[in-house]
Amino acid sequence: MSVVVEPVIVEVGDGIIEAFLSGDIDHKNAAAIRYDIDFAIERHKPKTLVLDFSKVEFMDSSGIGLIMGRFKKLSPIGGRLVVAGASGTIKKVMKIAGIEKLAELV
Amino acid sequence: MKTINEMKLIFPSNPENERLARVAISAFLTDLNPTVSVIAEIKTAVSEAVTNCIVHAYRGTTGLITVSAKASASGRVHIRITDRGCGIEDVKRAMEPLYTSHPEEERAGLGFAVMESFSDRLTVKSAPGKGTTVTLIKKICC
Repeated sequence: MSVVVEPVIVEVGDGIIEAFLSGDIDHKNAAAIRYDIDFAIERHKPKTLVLDFSKVEFMDSSGIGLIMGRFKKLSPIGGRLVVAGASGTIKKVMKIAGIEKLAELV
Repeated sequence: MKTINEMKLIFPSNPENERLARVAISAFLTDLNPTVSVIAEIKTAVSEAVTNCIVHAYRGTTGLITVSAKASASGRVHIRITDRGCGIEDVKRAMEPLYTSHPEEERAGLGFAVMESFSDRLTVKSAPGKGTTVTLIKKICC
């Protein structure tokens, strides 16, 4: 059974923050995830934010809103967004949205 | 179209029921022997449609959402998501990628684009003040 897990946010140094996402990202869960990541952005003003989707089991376009919103938060401070670990249907949703225009996909 | 199985699920427009709808449609599809990828795509499309009901149709209120599905002997599944909410004034505009009626919120405006991509055929019927029905058709096996 998939459950909602709060993102694990790690400061790896050199201005890089990684947020490891997991569980389901839908309309209901996106707000809590957003809150935690934005707190880290405000606190650390990262040069690079990595959103790691490798443990995400489900994502609809609410996840795209999440990525687009973090891009907007990072832009004024010159931060770069990296989206990592997306595969399968989640990657297809990202392609529909053209996320590669906003973030580096790895 | 000879129907070999069907389901109907009616639930209130509470956000936690987005997952209920996904789990129910997945369980329904599993017996039809689709690929994992097809299940994931249909789950995503249904989640988008149910989210639209919660976020737009019943905005600020709670109403009932009906998810019904029919599997045919030809290997197609017809899925219908219906609400009795506010309806959509301009369906064509609502279906434009990146269009959102609430730009101040973090919505991508891609719900219908995702539904279209993950189904073979998508129809949206809506009447302002009466509600909306989204129908997704997808061939899931040969």
